Amino acid sequence: MVTLDINGKRQNVDVPGETPLLWALRDEIGLTGSKFGCGMALCGACTVHVDGQPVRSCITPISVVANKKVVTIEAVGADPVGRALQAAWVDVGVPQCGYCQAGQIMSAAALLKRTPNPTDAQIDEAMDGNICRCGTYTRIRAAIKQAAAKGGAR
Amino acid sequence: MSTPRTSVASGESVVLANVSRRRFLEGLSLGGLVLAVGMPSAARAQEPKKFGRDGMPNGWTDNPLAFVSIAEDGTVSIVCHRSEMGQGIRTGMPMIVADELEADWKRVRVVQAPGDEKKYGNQDTDGSRSTRHFFEPMRYCGAAARTMLEAAAAERWKVPVSEVAAKNHEVVHGPTGRKLGYGAVAKAAATQPVPARASLRLKDSKDFRYIGKGELKLVDGMDIATGKAKYGIDTRLPGMLYAVVARPPVLGGKATSVDDAEALKVPGVVKVVQIDPSAPPAHFNPLGGVAVLARNTFAAMRGRQALKIVWDDGPNASYDSTAYKAKLEESARKPAKVVRNDGDFDKAAAGASKRLEAEYYIPHLAHATMEPPAAAARITNGKCEVWGCFQSPQAARDLVAKRLGMSADDVTVHVTLLGGGFGRKSKPDFGIEAAVLSKAMGGKPVKVTWTRDDDLHNSYYHTVSVEHLEAGVNEWGTPVAWLHRTVAPTIISTFNVEAKNEAPLELGMGVINVPFAIPNVRIENPEAIAHTRIGWFRSVSNIPHAFAIQSFVAELAAAAGRDPKDFLLDVIGEPRVVSPEKLGDTWNHGESPERYPVDTGRLRRVIDVAAYAAGWGKQQLPKGQGMGIAGHYSFVSYIAAVVQVAVDPKGVLTIPRVDVAVDCGPTVNPDRIRSQMEGATVMGVGVATLGEISYKNGRVEQNNFDSYQVTRMTGAPKEIRVHIIPSDDYSKPMGGVGEPGVPPIPPALCNAIFAATGKRIRRLPIRDQLTV
Repeated sequence: MVTLDINGKRQNVDVPGETPLLWALRDEIGLTGSKFGCGMALCGACTVHVDGQPVRSCITPISVVANKKVVTIEAVGADPVGRALQAAWVDVGVPQCGYCQAGQIMSAAALLKRTPNPTDAQIDEAMDGNICRCGTYTRIRAAIKQAAAKGGAR
Repeated sequence: MSTPRTSVASGESVVLANVSRRRFLEGLSLGGLVLAVGMPSAARAQEPKKFGRDGMPNGWTDNPLAFVSIAEDGTVSIVCHRSEMGQGIRTGMPMIVADELEADWKRVRVVQAPGDEKKYGNQDTDGSRSTRHFFEPMRYCGAAARTMLEAAAAERWKVPVSEVAAKNHEVVHGPTGRKLGYGAVAKAAATQPVPARASLRLKDSKDFRYIGKGELKLVDGMDIATGKAKYGIDTRLPGMLYAVVARPPVLGGKATSVDDAEALKVPGVVKVVQIDPSAPPAHFNPLGGVAVLARNTFAAMRGRQALKIVWDDGPNASYDSTAYKAKLEESARKPAKVVRNDGDFDKAAAGASKRLEAEYYIPHLAHATMEPPAAAARITNGKCEVWGCFQSPQAARDLVAKRLGMSADDVTVHVTLLGGGFGRKSKPDFGIEAAVLSKAMGGKPVKVTWTRDDDLHNSYYHTVSVEHLEAGVNEWGTPVAWLHRTVAPTIISTFNVEAKNEAPLELGMGVINVPFAIPNVRIENPEAIAHTRIGWFRSVSNIPHAFAIQSFVAELAAAAGRDPKDFLLDVIGEPRVVSPEKLGDTWNHGESPERYPVDTGRLRRVIDVAAYAAGWGKQQLPKGQGMGIAGHYSFVSYIAAVVQVAVDPKGVLTIPRVDVAVDCGPTVNPDRIRSQMEGATVMGVGVATLGEISYKNGRVEQNNFDSYQVTRMTGAPKEIRVHIIPSDDYSKPMGGVGEPGVPPIPPALCNAIFAATGKRIRRLPIRDQLTV
């Protein structure tokens, strides 16, 4: 039994400690917003925040995050940066299939918290671990800039 | 929490539904999955040839009672019967209905149809067909529902219906100004007879509120951005088991011994179940293998690792990509089956000033949808329900029924959002796996998840091809003789193991119907034997054909010392309308040759527009930079692209900008046309620079996104500008959008690399070919 802090809520999961956080979230807790894409931290679809840092939940054992605050796409909108990004994503019409976009938004939120007004190079660096097979990259960059531009209001 | 979506008939407080409905399609239920990829069936050959939506299995309907329901609170529910995989169809299709219905979009909700082609018409969401086939039926559907609301209000007011008009979610009596909300008349409207199509009045396009505007946000946009959107892989059912399957690594292989003792010791593993292999042809059937069922996906994956399986690899055990490439090249260098012959190539080539030839290679590709294939199933009281990311839910329904020995009427297929499709999810093998496993567990809910390895190892791959081109040119370097030998294992081999030649639907993807002003043209197609499951991948055979043809024309331009854009326009020749039949194209994307001829004027125009927008010839680019151009006609749309590249002294490639011009006829949702072109550009860049599936000992060598690379943000173009050729005449035929953006990109990119570096790329992917 491992106790997790997910989106501010304590959750007990009765699976081995080696179980990746992704599968605990999706299958045991029922939060399916974080996506499976590769299982090897190669695509970023599973990105969540652990104590504010972006991590790939598909390779992060639950034993490692037991005493840490985990935030997923389902709750990132409670934060002004996350909310601004979600609004920009809709406004710019970023998503095509949408499957990778939870991970994209989580990576972007971590970027903007660290670097409120990122350059193109900083966006590229922060986002290069997130694959979008539909190819929405130019709109992702535009939406991050839009959210950053509105950052002064938060 | 589960993903079942409410059907119209079971929706809450729905009143305009469940009335006996018109059946336009009695006798049209041709079925036949192969039809979906355009093969004529025997049954069909005896009928007069049907085109477009009429030619698709189960045709179409515009019955408002199938698609529209209105609740007493005025909420309008509109069914989307096509699968959403990123093209925006759940916004676009209901938008058409809503516009004709005079519905207020804020009060519209979209309901996803289950697989039921008798009710909704064809649901195979592929071939870039949804809008071009269903624009008109959806307009009539909306107009019919609007007319029924008007008739009901007229009855209520006891006034002539001609005095009543629907406007923005209300019906209005003109002379008195009386108004009723849609909710107030919905119940009475439902009892009105469905008006005959010929009696319906469609809107004038100048009165469109949504169509052609591109102003509506995606219906699923906020759900996606907040993690609420449900894909096949997100399906959760009470008491559900999670399964992963060890499948034969080689096509046609099977397990000869299975030791599951260690697997069953893994915590969380519940059971190991063998899935019988399917007899050839591969079709959409499961490959068979050994499934591990567990309480969560990770436990199932761990259990699978612990299986000890001995595989008999079967007849394809020696498939080797290097050897196969050599074999294709050998075939491509010898005369073969002639599939088009204009004039006399040999004579013209013999008399030409100069002869040139080149060969191009494109390897197998995998779709690698971000959501790998996934589906869930359960069986209760002899009825099976399946949830999954299906491009062809009716095929899933029919094949699940067949495999379980049930009637299709007892199978319900719920369509979730698709986390990418690109053709992979047209093949519902993963849905059949879920149903087979549920049956093995006494009907218990089971979800099958494919891992990325599974997806790359057991896909339906884009073919592998060698394209051999020869030209004889006159003293000005203009081609007077053109020979194209295209050799690639055919998609048809997946349905008929004997098939060795490209089918009309593959030849018709830009090779046989090449509309050039060259008097002597010979197209040949040598045989090729498939050793893996060949399937359709976004834009299909247009990829190798356009790559070869548009590269070769640029090579001829270079040999002639001419501007590639001007030269390409000269090779296309004067604007003219060419019958596809005259080009030997009997397929024509399933469309009528009269309504959809090849129009070289439209092809020329997109080339001109892309070139102009990109500033072609207007600027001297610095050393190491260059522009390339390509234009290609596919899915009855005309697309051209200008790619600008920079190649640094070490050979690192970047793409500052791409301009894409698209002529797809009249438009419904311009923003989604742009987004499809943007995405197709990125996918085309991936095909050109990175994508390769290769085989050794019958097995795919790539396992995940480390070895099967796809384009990331840094490798993608920095800027993509999309230029849509305007067309507001909605009586003109529409073209496809989802696929045709891909084919021009690899040749335009390679032509740009040639302009920047002088290096000609003839083998994809480029990968490290530029490295100095």
